[in-house]
Amino acid sequence: MPHAAETVTLRRPGARPMLPLDIAGLTLAVDSRRLVDDLTLRLKGSGLTVIMGPNGAGKSLLLRLIHGLIRPTAGAISWGGVPMSAGLRVRQAMVFQRPVLLRRSVAANIDFVLGLRGAIGARAAAERRDRLLDRVGLLGHARQSARLLSGGEQQRLALARALAVEPEVLFLDEATASLDPASTQMIEEIVLAERGRGTKVIFVTHDIGQARRLADDVVFLHRGRLVEHRPARQFFDDPSSPPARAYLDGRIVL
Amino acid sequence: MQDLADAVRMALSLAMSGDAGFIEIVLLSLRVSLSATAIACLIGLPLGALIAIGRFAGRGPLIVIVNALMGLPPVVVGLVVYLNFSRAGPLGWLGLLYTPTAMIVAQTILVAPIVIALSRQVLEDLHAEYDEQFRSLNVPRGTAVWALIGDGRHALMTVALAGFGRAVAEVGAVIIVGGNIDHLTRVMTTAIALETSKGDLALALALGMVLLAVALAVNALVMGLRASARRSAYV
Ligand SMILES: Nc1ncnc2c1ncn2[C@@H]1O[C@H](COP(=O)(O)OP(=O)(O)OP(=O)(O)O)[C@@H](O)[C@H]1O
Ligand SMILES: [Mg+2]
Repeated sequence: MPHAAETVTLRRPGARPMLPLDIAGLTLAVDSRRLVDDLTLRLKGSGLTVIMGPNGAGKSLLLRLIHGLIRPTAGAISWGGVPMSAGLRVRQAMVFQRPVLLRRSVAANIDFVLGLRGAIGARAAAERRDRLLDRVGLLGHARQSARLLSGGEQQRLALARALAVEPEVLFLDEATASLDPASTQMIEEIVLAERGRGTKVIFVTHDIGQARRLADDVVFLHRGRLVEHRPARQFFDDPSSPPARAYLDGRIVL
Repeated sequence: MQDLADAVRMALSLAMSGDAGFIEIVLLSLRVSLSATAIACLIGLPLGALIAIGRFAGRGPLIVIVNALMGLPPVVVGLVVYLNFSRAGPLGWLGLLYTPTAMIVAQTILVAPIVIALSRQVLEDLHAEYDEQFRSLNVPRGTAVWALIGDGRHALMTVALAGFGRAVAEVGAVIIVGGNIDHLTRVMTTAIALETSKGDLALALALGMVLLAVALAVNALVMGLRASARRSAYV
C-alpha cells in the first residue's frame, strides 16, 4: 500500500510535496457554536483517507477548511510544512456534496477548467476533455446541457472536472451518494486509480461497505470533534470509541 | 371622437405607406437608442459584475446610489449634457450639441445605471451559486467576471431590454440636447411631442404605434430567446 510520502508522484516537478497535512487545534465557531472543535490531525502519506461521522458532524466543513475555502476561527493548517494558501489550492480539487455545474454544455464545463490551466493548444485540450468524459462515461453527453444531466451524471461530471485539474490532493464529499451501483463502482475505480498514481484522496462517505473497500485510514468525527483516526482495518474491526461503534452498528449516534 | 378615429385611420396608412420622412424618424430613433443601450451595456455589465462579486469598502452605499440613479429624470440628464456640450461648456469645442451623438451620450447616461444595477442583481445570484466552486478552482477575478456575464447572458438580455425601453421612450433628454431638428435630430418621441402640440394627431399617433410595435417586437424576441435557453436549463 503506498503509504509513504515519497511515493507521491510529482505532477509539478520541483514543487514541494503536499504531504504531510498537519491540522493543529482547528476550530470553527459560528454564533458560539463550535462546528469544528479543536481538531488536531496529521495525514502523513498519500493513500486514501475516509472521513466518516453522522450527519452534521462537520465533515463537509472540515473539507472546506483544509481546502482553504473557509477561514478557521482558530488553529493552523499546513501542507508539507507550508501554511494553506491559494497557491496550494491550485494543486487540489474538490467534488462538492452538491455539485455546482456551469450553465453550459457538459463539454464546456471541462473546457472551462482546462482553459484556466494555461495553454495546451485547442486540439490537445479537446482530446483531454474527451478522455476525461469517456472515463466517467459521459462522452455521449458532451453536447448536452450540464444542468439537464441526472443527479448521478452531474456528480460524475463534477469528478471529471476535478480530475481535469490534475490534482495532487482530491477531496470527494459523498461523491457517490446518488449513484447507481455501476456508477459507484466506476467512481471507486477512478478514485483508486488516482490513489495509485500517488494522488492523496480524502473521501467523505456514509457507505460503510464503500469505506471498507477504499480506505487506507479512517477519520471519525462526531460533533465537530476528532473521535478516531486509525488504519482502516483496525477501525472497522475494533472501533475504540462508543460513537464510532454505534455508527458502524447502525445505531443512532448521540 | 371623430377626430380620433380619423387620426387612427390616417396614422395606419402613414405607417404602412413607407413615407421617407416618417421612416427617417423611426430609423434615427432606433439608431440613437440602440447605440446608447450598446454602449451602456459595454460599460455597465462589467461594472455590474465587479460590484456583484466584489467585497470592498463602500459597496453597500454604492449599490444604493446606483439603484437611485436608475430613476434619473431625463430632463436633468439632458440639462447636464447640454451644459457640457454648449458653446461655453467644457466640451463645447467638440461641437456635438444638437447632433445624434449628443443624444446617444445623454441616453447612455440614462441607461447605464439601469444596466449596472439590474445586472448586479442578476449576477450576484449567479455568483452566489458559482463562488465556492470558482474559489476551489482558483478562477481569476477577470475570468470569473466574464464567465458570470457569459452564463448569465439570457437574464442579462432582459436587462438590456429594460435599458433600451427606457432609452427609446424618453423624450426629456433628447429634446434638450438634440433640439428636435427635422432631418437631423428628430426622433419618434420628440416628433410625437411636436406634432401633438401642432395638432397633427395622425403623425403623432402613427409614430406612437411604431413605438409600441418596437417595444412589443423586442420583448417578443427576448422572450423567445429566453424560452429556448430555459429548455437547455441555462437560465
Ligand atoms: N455556514 C454555516 N453557518 C452555520 N452553521 C453551519 C454552517 N455550515 C454548516 N453548519 C452546521 O455545521 C454542522 C456541520 O455541517 P457539515 O455540513 O460539515 O456536516 P456533515 O458532517 O457534512 O453532514 P452530512 O453528513 O449531513 O453531509 C451542521 O450542524 C450545520 O448545520
Ligand atoms: Mg456533508
